[in-house]
Amino acid sequence: MKIAEIEIPWMEEVVEKLSQRFDDGILHVEQAYDLPVVVIAKQNLIEVLTFLKSDSDMGFAFLTTLCGLHIPGYEGGEFGMMYQLHNMHQNRRLRIKTYMPESDLDVPTVSNLWPTANWMERQEYDFFGFNFVGHPDLRRILNMDEMNYHPLRKQYPLEDLGKHDKDDAKFGR
Amino acid sequence: MIENQNILTPEKEYTTLNLGPTHPATHGIFQNVLKMDGEIIVSNEPTIGYIHRAFEKLAERRPYNQIAPITDRLNYCSAPINNMGWHMTVEKLIGCEVPKRAQYIRVIIMELARIADHIICDSVIGVDTGALSGFLYIFQEREHIYEIFEEVCGARLTTNTGRIGGMERDFSPKAWEKLEYFVQHFPEKLQEFENLLLRNRIFMDRTINVGAISAERALAYGFTGPNLRAAGVDYDVRVMNPYSSYEDFDFQIPVGTNGDTYDRFMVRLEEMKQSLGIIEQAMKNMPDGAIHADVPAFYLPPKEEVYSKMEALIYQFKIVMGEMDVPKGEVYHAVEGGNGELGFYLISDGGRTPFRLHFRRPCFIYYQAYPEMIKGSMLSDAILTMSSMNVIAGELDA
Repeated sequence: MKIAEIEIPWMEEVVEKLSQRFDDGILHVEQAYDLPVVVIAKQNLIEVLTFLKSDSDMGFAFLTTLCGLHIPGYEGGEFGMMYQLHNMHQNRRLRIKTYMPESDLDVPTVSNLWPTANWMERQEYDFFGFNFVGHPDLRRILNMDEMNYHPLRKQYPLEDLGKHDKDDAKFGR
Repeated sequence: MIENQNILTPEKEYTTLNLGPTHPATHGIFQNVLKMDGEIIVSNEPTIGYIHRAFEKLAERRPYNQIAPITDRLNYCSAPINNMGWHMTVEKLIGCEVPKRAQYIRVIIMELARIADHIICDSVIGVDTGALSGFLYIFQEREHIYEIFEEVCGARLTTNTGRIGGMERDFSPKAWEKLEYFVQHFPEKLQEFENLLLRNRIFMDRTINVGAISAERALAYGFTGPNLRAAGVDYDVRVMNPYSSYEDFDFQIPVGTNGDTYDRFMVRLEEMKQSLGIIEQAMKNMPDGAIHADVPAFYLPPKEEVYSKMEALIYQFKIVMGEMDVPKGEVYHAVEGGNGELGFYLISDGGRTPFRLHFRRPCFIYYQAYPEMIKGSMLSDAILTMSSMNVIAGELDA
């Protein structure tokens, strides 16, 4: 199946400006369908997001969503955070990603840049166990407080629904 | 003497009021621990998650076509919009172009769902101000919409309508008949509802300047949909990033000025009229053609072919067992849900289930502004603010 190539006319310009400012902070740039994805180093996260939000040429002032990722096999980047920004005036969407090893899950909070990140970050803390440094109220939000693990991590597979029709042993495999 | 005065005027004492988790006035499971000074709210501590069902985790072990029923349970007042949003996300991932006729049918169903959603919200605002009659009359129209859904897909509330690649079936003659009846009679019923509330002195006194939020704060809090538009920002995904042929239709985006309860009511009222206009245009310009794309690996073949043709049987088996070849990729697709931008962020690693699926749920995002919006207002206004924000528990907790 062929996937239509979508051209993003403004992508080069934005990436150019970003790499001028944070030359070694930009690790990788790619296009995922209709969105540019910029992978950055974690220590540059707040600077990059502040620049994207407040620079008048950039204008990515709206935080659409953020979410955590867990990629068990990815050496040195088992966990990741995704931030999706929106420039409503020019209708540009941009995705910022950063990866980190399992041993260091401290992520600077963006809730002082966008109040809306408060609950979103609580949710990702709840499900993945990221430690959002500087978050005003880092508690579990959807799961109960007594829970002692972070359920969206890949080491907790869902149990089978009592279905045994795919049991290989029964088919002599 | 001064010391004595201090003893005589003790520190102000506040009352703690536990509103919820189940309370008849909140229309859903929301717990709010309110600190009250008389009848004025000083602060509020919301607790959510009472109907959390771990959809993001569930989606990681379900094949793509089995995730559509999960999306029904997000915003269950407008389930078809969620279904279509999910199908369009997968279609974007596999690069599938849906025929025009299917897109127009989807638009009709989505706009009907939007009307049903706004009927609930607007009539419940009326109920919370003490006007039950509007609610009773207008709910008959919601019933008509659900009858159309029943005719189209067999279900009423959790519809699971549409399929990856198109629609599961065309509108039947009876569905067209019901749709025409609805389009013909709805404006009159809406007018009746409007007359009951719009210039009603009590309703206006109860809603104007209640629970207001400025455009700036609303954007900072990530508001989208009618609540953002009530504050004066004309952001609508249908216009910004048109999907499913919305660019073919002529409609207006109503905006408010104050962002208060009355504006939210008015924006939804006008949106219902615009939605009706879109439905009329789609019915008039309905193109002929197929109702699904040619994607045999995702779209179930017709039953008679399954019983007579080998290839159809293979595809039927593969789809039912959830063995579909999906390309690797990462997509974000957003639709304008009843409450705002409903986004699906999907990562596929080529396996039979998504590697990661994240829902951007508008209710979850804007409900966190609720404590700020009700601070300093009366308890009765707080109830009204909540119903005018249209917080749906299913979408809040996912």
